[in-house]
Amino acid sequence: MSATTVIKRSEDVKADKALGIELPFDLVLLLGVAGLALCSVLTIAAATANDIPGSPSYFVIRQIIYFVVGSAIAVALWRSDYSRLREIRYFLYGLLIASIMAVIVFGSVARGSRRALDLPFFSFQASELGKILLIVSLAAFTIDMTRRMADGRTTVRLLLIGFAPAALVMLQPDLGSALVFVAITLAVLFIAGVPWQHFAAFGALALAAVVLSLAVLPSVGINVLHSYQTNRLTAFLHPSETSGSAGYQQNQSRIAIGSGEKTGRGAGATQTKYNFLPEHHTDFIFAVVGERWGFAGAALVLSLYALVIWRALRILTMAKNRYGALLAGGIVVMLMFQVFVNVGMTVGIMPITGIPLPLMSYGGSSLIATMIAFGLLQSIYAQGRRAAMSQGRVLQFQ
Amino acid sequence: MIDPLDKTPLRSIGESPLTPQLAMRVAVLGGIALLLFAIIFFRLWFLQVLTGDQAVVEAANNHVRVVAVAAPRGAVLDRNGNTLVENRPASVMQLDPEQLPVATRTAAATWGQEMTTWVRTPRAKRGPRPAVPAPANAQLAQRYAKLASVLGISTKTINERVTEQLAQLPYANVRVQVDVPAEVRNYILERPGDFPGVSVDQVFVRRYPGGVGAAQLLGAVGQVSPAQLRSSAFRGVVSGAIVGQEGLERSYDRYLRGTDGARSITVDAAGRPKGQRISRETIAGDTVRTSLDANLQRSGEAALAAAIGGGSGTAGAFVAIDPRNGRILALGSAPTYDPSERAKPIATQAEYERRFGAAAGAPLFNRAISGGYPTGSIFKPITALAALDSGTITANTTIDDPGVLTVGTQKFFNAGHAANGPLSLVRALQVSSDVFFYTLGRDTNPLQGQVIQSWARRLGLNRPTGIDLPGESAGTIPDRQWRARQNAKEVAWEKQTGKHCPPTCLYSDKRPWSVGDNIQLAVGQGDVQASPLQMAVAYSALANGGTVLRPHLGLAIESQTGQQLEQIAAPPVRHVAINPSYQQSILDGLHQSTLGDGTSADVFRGWDQAKFPVYGKTGTAERPPRPDQSWYAAYVPSPTTPIVIVATVEDGGFGAEAAAPAVCTMLSTWFKQQNSCSAGSSRTR
Repeated sequence: MSATTVIKRSEDVKADKALGIELPFDLVLLLGVAGLALCSVLTIAAATANDIPGSPSYFVIRQIIYFVVGSAIAVALWRSDYSRLREIRYFLYGLLIASIMAVIVFGSVARGSRRALDLPFFSFQASELGKILLIVSLAAFTIDMTRRMADGRTTVRLLLIGFAPAALVMLQPDLGSALVFVAITLAVLFIAGVPWQHFAAFGALALAAVVLSLAVLPSVGINVLHSYQTNRLTAFLHPSETSGSAGYQQNQSRIAIGSGEKTGRGAGATQTKYNFLPEHHTDFIFAVVGERWGFAGAALVLSLYALVIWRALRILTMAKNRYGALLAGGIVVMLMFQVFVNVGMTVGIMPITGIPLPLMSYGGSSLIATMIAFGLLQSIYAQGRRAAMSQGRVLQFQ
Repeated sequence: MIDPLDKTPLRSIGESPLTPQLAMRVAVLGGIALLLFAIIFFRLWFLQVLTGDQAVVEAANNHVRVVAVAAPRGAVLDRNGNTLVENRPASVMQLDPEQLPVATRTAAATWGQEMTTWVRTPRAKRGPRPAVPAPANAQLAQRYAKLASVLGISTKTINERVTEQLAQLPYANVRVQVDVPAEVRNYILERPGDFPGVSVDQVFVRRYPGGVGAAQLLGAVGQVSPAQLRSSAFRGVVSGAIVGQEGLERSYDRYLRGTDGARSITVDAAGRPKGQRISRETIAGDTVRTSLDANLQRSGEAALAAAIGGGSGTAGAFVAIDPRNGRILALGSAPTYDPSERAKPIATQAEYERRFGAAAGAPLFNRAISGGYPTGSIFKPITALAALDSGTITANTTIDDPGVLTVGTQKFFNAGHAANGPLSLVRALQVSSDVFFYTLGRDTNPLQGQVIQSWARRLGLNRPTGIDLPGESAGTIPDRQWRARQNAKEVAWEKQTGKHCPPTCLYSDKRPWSVGDNIQLAVGQGDVQASPLQMAVAYSALANGGTVLRPHLGLAIESQTGQQLEQIAAPPVRHVAINPSYQQSILDGLHQSTLGDGTSADVFRGWDQAKFPVYGKTGTAERPPRPDQSWYAAYVPSPTTPIVIVATVEDGGFGAEAAAPAVCTMLSTWFKQQNSCSAGSSRTR
């Protein structure tokens, strides 16, 4: 397995040399991200043209600005060595916890939950950046404990580090972000090589927790989840029964996507145009793609995500050190989880959890956080490539 | 070149992250990613490609509201092309049900269910009518009050209308008031803030130019009933549509109604309209040309009203028919009403009862076709025909009329106990001798086949004539079997109720058919019942030599531009052979009765008998305890405009008193003669 990877890496170098250029970044990943950004802008433009009378490009302009800002941060990260982040892991973790606490204390209330800090010009959703902060800091703590990886206590300790912010986010309450935090934590542990048995044990515990929180505890009067959260989580199992908002949203989303058929309804996309589709520029943006551009458009967007995830997995294998691999692993799972849960929600096979579609959904916090993740991936690529090349040179030197 | 494979051992395991374990886990991650994408792709394929067409329909249902647009109904014309009924646009004030509190809508639905149960419960067992629920909140009551003051109706009425319509069609606009004056409409439209949820739509309502009357004949339109929706006559009609419910509107509804169009309104998720388009054009209804003569109709209505107003009469009817082909030239019933009144909304049930109920003389009842009356002496020509045809008498047979006929212990008198002496058929008709016809009744009773009854039936009595109007009565020609059936019904009634049938019992007095019954029948008394229309058909047959006509009003269906689309055929019901000499004798008798000392001679004193000979017969039907009912039947031959007119005035007294002058007036109009008609003085039946 390792041998083939080495071959690939050398082929990359060879290919670059054959082209006469040496790209210090992953071009395919860049193109994938750029493609998704373009799709995002086009879709938001189509979905929000009638939302604010008089300023049809309100959301488009803001999304482009977020992309530019995010890209700038990504470039800066790519140019720097991600390994340095390990050194400030305590600060980063502290920042993560502090920002979530700040939101709980000072955050603005939107639809019954505090998720954002109102900054000048910008409403900052701490949990979005928190996803990256968690990956970076948790990976660092994991490296610290590498030698005791087979020990169950290490696993428990790392799980606690990862679940602490998840639990805090639940207090906002923001179930979606909490689930992403859990996914990230498990991903980092998985890549770090935590034994299968530990995952099995955790899985059993998680199952028990779900049963307990959804079925057993409510029956004795203790509600872990808010009733709307329970509704959302279970609405997709019986959409026709729930004429309430959860079932309504998912049903309208399903109608929107279905009515797009093979090639989409173009400007006649009435589900979006007449507001039947809720949150059409944020959580349900994939339904806009499905309605407007049909199966063709939806498949293109999904293919771009597949491309991005494939490249991210590849970068994982190219990392120059374990820290880079853990970062890449966390990022891959973060992306995969969000894409699957969000798209699954719009097509009616996953519950409504309020998770945005990375890169596509309108929103600065999510977008910039995702761009930071791609900046880190490019940095891992660049560092890994440099290490491989220097190794190559050393070899040649010998 | 160095083979990269050889360099693997040079990499330190501690530094390189790509251990076999990691590679394995990356592969697992990649596999999971692949699986998840596959799931999403399959789901998308299912939603968009396999079942996408269903979603397209659902999406359309989401944002398109289809609203029916009523087609303008066709016009009704008289024989000369004068408009009897047409349309006029009217404004409808309506309330959007979405703008009403949910509580109001649920209360209306509950009330509707209670009403359904209440209506289905037998009258004896059910409690009071379920009360219409009060407005759900004070704010709504205030809205109603504001609207009520502007529209000039009561808040209670608005609440009732809203509740009733919501119960019937929960999502349709509620029509608060049809035919709102322009200034009220503008007042409301200029203040949308004061009248939330109120909108104005345009509908067509019926308009009746010319003041022809003929209210019952023209009929009325109304919302299609659930039962009608299920019948084939109303195929293609949608719930809530306005269709013909009475009279010609009903008979020719198929042509008049046209095809309703549809308007598709695009709405957003909040139900706000975002534009509309015509999704189906309305097709205006066709025109029905009728045989009615507007002038004669007006004259008949006026003459009947005068006959009622000038004497003791309470109600009445007239029918004028062309004896060659059965075309109805005029047909009216009194008391009547202004047909345009029924095109307007009637505020309450009580108001409706006051204007159209039994206390108002049941003006909706078309006595000309639905009234069943004893006909009195205008029945005598039928008796004469039966007697002649059966050989009971000849035209020259003389019968002595001492003023009374005694049969067993029963005595049958002439009106006023007058004695006419010996007379033959023509003279008997001229002076309307009862004893002469009593004798015929007595003498024909034992005959095989009950000849009077069989001739009455052959001439169109005892069954509907088949006129193109709904609600025609069959009438009664009593005979042995009929009496037996009535007796059987009475016995059954007594058995079922356990009560003894009182003297005024529904059916009869359980006595068998007797010669007295036949004697009564011979002069149009007793159990005989016929409508003015049936008598007009019988007289037409006498006049035209035996053709029993199918009376009809509809002549042709025409397009909006006056092009004939369809001719309405009304072939005669049958032809009966009438011996021309018998016919002549009877017609002679009828003509004599308008001449000399005939029963209606003084009515026609100023009439030009040489130019327009009148063949007429008075009738005075006894209907104790009520006053006598006045009848007159007349035939005036003419090469171009022959006519048969039958008129009756309930409680109007003797035939010559009330009905004959009305017929005379109509004849004056028809033949464009000076009206010199006066009430006759004959006191005969």
